[in-house]
Amino acid sequence: MEQTNLQLNKPDSQTNEWDARLHHATRATREDWAGRGISYLCIGAIILVVASMLWFISSKGIATFTQNHVSVWKFLTGTNWAPDTGHIGAAPMIVGSFAVTFAAAIVATPFAIGTAIFMTEISPNRGRKLLQPVIELLVGIPSVVYGFIGLAVVVPFMRHLVGGSGFGIISATFVLFVMVLPTITSMTVDSLRAVPRYYKEASLALGATRWQTISRVILRSATSGILTAVIFGMARAFGEALAVQMVIGNAAVMPKNLISAASTLTSQLTSGIGDTIDGTLPNNALWSLALILLLMSLFFNALVRFIAKRGQLKHER
Amino acid sequence: MLKQYSFEKTAVQSFDAQTTLALKTEDLQVFYGANHAMHDANLGFPKNQITALIGASGSGKSTYLRSLNRMNDGIATVTGKIWYHGVNINEPNVNIYEIRKHIGMVFQRPNPFSKSIRENIVYALKANGMKSKADLDERVETSLRGAALWDEVKDTLDKSALSLSGGQQQRLCIARSIAMAPDVLLLDEPCSALDPISTVKVEETLLELQKQYTIIIVTHNMQQAARVSSQCAFFHLGHVMEYTSTGTMFSNPQIPVTQDYIAGSFG
Repeated sequence: MEQTNLQLNKPDSQTNEWDARLHHATRATREDWAGRGISYLCIGAIILVVASMLWFISSKGIATFTQNHVSVWKFLTGTNWAPDTGHIGAAPMIVGSFAVTFAAAIVATPFAIGTAIFMTEISPNRGRKLLQPVIELLVGIPSVVYGFIGLAVVVPFMRHLVGGSGFGIISATFVLFVMVLPTITSMTVDSLRAVPRYYKEASLALGATRWQTISRVILRSATSGILTAVIFGMARAFGEALAVQMVIGNAAVMPKNLISAASTLTSQLTSGIGDTIDGTLPNNALWSLALILLLMSLFFNALVRFIAKRGQLKHER
Repeated sequence: MLKQYSFEKTAVQSFDAQTTLALKTEDLQVFYGANHAMHDANLGFPKNQITALIGASGSGKSTYLRSLNRMNDGIATVTGKIWYHGVNINEPNVNIYEIRKHIGMVFQRPNPFSKSIRENIVYALKANGMKSKADLDERVETSLRGAALWDEVKDTLDKSALSLSGGQQQRLCIARSIAMAPDVLLLDEPCSALDPISTVKVEETLLELQKQYTIIIVTHNMQQAARVSSQCAFFHLGHVMEYTSTGTMFSNPQIPVTQDYIAGSFG
């Protein structure tokens, strides 16, 4: 052993040759460096963009409270939104956003789960072949088209059905329902397909019916995935601006019922941002609305991560 | 290179009228689309005995087993007759859910639900309408005792079944099946994913269970077939080649293909 070591350590010409051969850069190592460099560069650029967006929206959004000295509490709970006269109460928009989001999610979820079960369990071949393109198509339709259909079909229908202008939360809910349905459905399909086949087999082999198997085993073990799907749908509904703006009526007042005209954070932003002067209170107030939107999307993200982690724990434990 | 054997020459035993058969198949054929996976299987399974189905991979033994409780429905076409209590259960108007309550199945890979140990066992009972907590608890205990798992898990019934070892999980799956009080228990290579010690435990459990149940076990492992079974059927390329008592199968196989398989020439 010692002898071998001595031989290896001997600085003769042969080891020097190997030393050079093993240390010099080849094409392969240079490609490695280049690849790593490019990916770090891209990541760095993205991080920079995201960070500066966060900083920009935060600093602008906070200006309402720091420069214009509006109290945060008043901003969140005040019901009077008239930035030109200094009244900055964002509660109507916050309530409006949450109302349409939750209503759309509540209406869409049963349909989405039903469709997903049909596509994965009941008719996994023909039904899936038929519905998959439909869902992909629904995802791809631009939101302005949804809004336009809402304006041309849903609003007159509501006007006819319940009276009033037809603009309001319920019309927005309907439009959002159609918009989030494909999101929730396709993610639910993914989570149902991820349920191991042997769970289903085990259940069927015990004499459980197909319906018992779906409701008690398959849906149960896909719960965290389905919740994630619903939250993604809600995030989409919460952030949707254009289609909602076209049908909700854009009245920055506290909604009294489902058919009264209202507005959401996004609809207020899109309709107001062109009319304000940079640095003034009305402009800053809109940035504060944007800040709320940002915080909410962070919240939705955190919720998704939390659920994913819980789901993972449940399977590992 | 696999030798060609004639499928004409088979040695399949049939039982006399004195032997009570729990299950019997007549001309059972299985097709996966155009692929004819099982040819004319005529086998009877004596009550309260363990029958082993042996053969190389792709010999059709698992396919055959899965047909017995109609688990091949929607996957393969099964023709022929399966007699159970005088009823041909391979007919479309037979209630498959009812069949599977009487003919339970344990799979190759331990597949407990990601629920607690208790929930795994009461799942099917609840689905079947059993509500009383006392009844359910009693079934949990008797079936876990039946599967020789009770002493290991009695204090942790509410822990996730996935926290158990592979061998424990497989015995839980056996317990889950016998909780439904079936007549027949089908086991599809139940030990192939287990270590030798767990395998011994499962085998001991099976030997104990044959007092109450008729057991049909597919196994890759000839030693296992020799250890646990009383009857043994040898499958080859979708044909039942030989069916006889296990003693005869391993000491005096009748036809060349069985002789070669038992001797380890292929498989």
